[in-house]
Amino acid sequence: MPDKETRDERVFRLTRRKALKGLAAGLGALALPKKDASAAVWESFFQKNFRELSRAEIQDVVSRLEKEYSTRYGKPVKVKTSPPMEGVLYGYGLDLSRCIGCRRCVYGCVGENNQSRDPQIHWITVLRLDKERGVDLEHAERYYNPANVPEEGHFYMPVQCQQCENPPCTKVCPVQATWKENDGIVVVDYNWCIGCRYCMAACPYGARHFNWKKPGLPAGEMNPDTHYLGNRPRPVGVVEKCIFCMQRTREADGKYPACVEVCPVGARKFGNLLDPQNEIRFVIENKRVFILKEDLNTQPKFYYFYSV
Amino acid sequence: MKKVWAFIKGCFTLLRQGSKLYYTWIYLLLAFITIGVLAYANQMYNGLITTAMRDQVSWGFYISNFTFMVGVAAAAILLVIPAYVYQWKPIKEIAILGELVAVSAMVMCLLFVTVDLGRPERFWHLIPKIGILNFPQSLLAWDVVVLNLYLVLNFSIAGYMLYNYYYRREPNMKYVTPLLLFSIPAAISIHTVTAFLYNGLAARPFWNASILAPRFLASAFCSGPAGMILMFQVIRKWTKFKIKDEAIFKIAELIAYAMFINLFLLGAEVFKEYYSDTAHLAPMIYLYQGLHGHADLVSYIWTATLFNITAFFLFLIPQTRENQITLNIGCILVFIGVYIEKGMGLVIPGFVPDVLGGFYEYSPTGIEMLVSLGIWATGLLIFTMLLRIAIPIMNGDFHVSDDGIHPHIGDELFLVRRVDEVEEEGDLLAQ
Repeated sequence: MPDKETRDERVFRLTRRKALKGLAAGLGALALPKKDASAAVWESFFQKNFRELSRAEIQDVVSRLEKEYSTRYGKPVKVKTSPPMEGVLYGYGLDLSRCIGCRRCVYGCVGENNQSRDPQIHWITVLRLDKERGVDLEHAERYYNPANVPEEGHFYMPVQCQQCENPPCTKVCPVQATWKENDGIVVVDYNWCIGCRYCMAACPYGARHFNWKKPGLPAGEMNPDTHYLGNRPRPVGVVEKCIFCMQRTREADGKYPACVEVCPVGARKFGNLLDPQNEIRFVIENKRVFILKEDLNTQPKFYYFYSV
Repeated sequence: MKKVWAFIKGCFTLLRQGSKLYYTWIYLLLAFITIGVLAYANQMYNGLITTAMRDQVSWGFYISNFTFMVGVAAAAILLVIPAYVYQWKPIKEIAILGELVAVSAMVMCLLFVTVDLGRPERFWHLIPKIGILNFPQSLLAWDVVVLNLYLVLNFSIAGYMLYNYYYRREPNMKYVTPLLLFSIPAAISIHTVTAFLYNGLAARPFWNASILAPRFLASAFCSGPAGMILMFQVIRKWTKFKIKDEAIFKIAELIAYAMFINLFLLGAEVFKEYYSDTAHLAPMIYLYQGLHGHADLVSYIWTATLFNITAFFLFLIPQTRENQITLNIGCILVFIGVYIEKGMGLVIPGFVPDVLGGFYEYSPTGIEMLVSLGIWATGLLIFTMLLRIAIPIMNGDFHVSDDGIHPHIGDELFLVRRVDEVEEEGDLLAQ
């Protein structure tokens, strides 16, 4: 009798183990993760929208991501979640009379913000325009490639996210994966975006970019100083955009965005619109300023101006 | 509940029965679906880079097909209105087919949107409570709601009626009529909302015209019914189901009116854009004439325009409307014409030239076409299955047998070329 009991128990155990194994295999196949099939895959799958996470949950998410990125890129990666600072509303000025169209800002941005190198994603598009026509987008050329800039008869207009006060891109998102923060920066939760690209259709400035392929980011070029809503490495199939280098600008020892810092002619200005002493306020109050596509009522906080 | 289960079991028994032709057709569709699934697996593995979509043209063939299929789903209400508002018998007999078209078209719409997503596994983010549905802010959220509602509505109406016919009793019209009447505004809402999806984007002047939603409706009332007339011809030639000529001619007449409105609204738009000649004219020039040497869509849109105008006259003139050959030609012309006009002809000029004046000429890759082929095959498979059940029920060949449990199946072949139809053709030739 005891023999039979033990045998029965063994049989039960075996079938249960089999069933569990089968279940695990089935779930694994569902998730389609490769070798690193682990709890992290499920945690990221069931992760809530960033704005609904509690402080403790944010901690969990950040440490999970830091671990994942540090392993992938072979160096310690920091993922910050610094909130907007009180009393700050960012504004950007771009001096069209100075810009020489060298595109250093484009590549400075790519290096700072961990954009994909293959295929290339640029948050800044520099347009070459004819001096005779002025700001006429229908005759803009983005693929200019001369030996030397600036070219005779042309001027240049870099376009990036205009951080609209009335952004048409955020309201169309069907899952609220993108929103405007209190300091005016429009951000995307890359872990919540479903990749429908409605925001790209809604943006009048071509400022949103999609990861059509798994981003190619060489470990050596990866910038380990990242922000969750900003320049952390992006997954395939989500939308990304300029975030005014929030990993730099939102810190107490704040730095200018990379594009401002790299500009060789000082055409780029950046600051707090709410501070009357700020340079950006001086530009708005004293220079000839215009905003792009004013008629659409997007109310950009990106001001083009002429200093000379 | 037991009865529902018995009905469902009966349906599955029925689905397994059919002629060689029926099986060939099903296997053919399954083969196409397999190809589509493999192509989609490729897309999932490599990312959407396998499509021709890029940042400048961020929606393409999938969303074009989606937009067109929303239109096809309208077929249902063009039958529901004459059948249940005007109680016109010849159409009342076939109204249920319209609902089945709507069900199949809605499934295709949802599939087309799903394959377009960069992260389809995150679809649950759209489900209220579990995820966040950005309703009522996002028009895409509205679309998710109305498309699913319309799918459920048509499926319930058709399912309830067929279920009752199966048990040989009349459906209780107290339940059905309100739902049928509600399906009319629901159908209008799926088009309106889908049109608003584009319409609300100030960034895209080509879509940002208030005429867009009315044009959507008008063209939907052409393409859906045209596709349905073609299907009716097949159904009455290859199954036992009888569809009266007068029903088909009436639908063709309705297409003529809808096409007139469609062409008129198009003319109104073309006039406004060309005469005012603002910066917003560029996409229309790109579409109809080509701009700065980019002219991929020009031959397509002129083909569509020519097809639509020809079909309008074919349906307007009673002699050609009531002639089988010209009628079918007209239907094919409308279907293709609207497919171009409401598909790629609507979506792509929204993106070309792009918001910064650039040109990226889009044409779908092989993967996009194969995935779309798979979805079309899925839609046709669902429609065939639904017909396989609905037609025998409507003919009285599939109902519960006298024991009240087991199904009685009188039509074991389903798809067979019908002799009487052949004789009729012979008569026509003799005349």
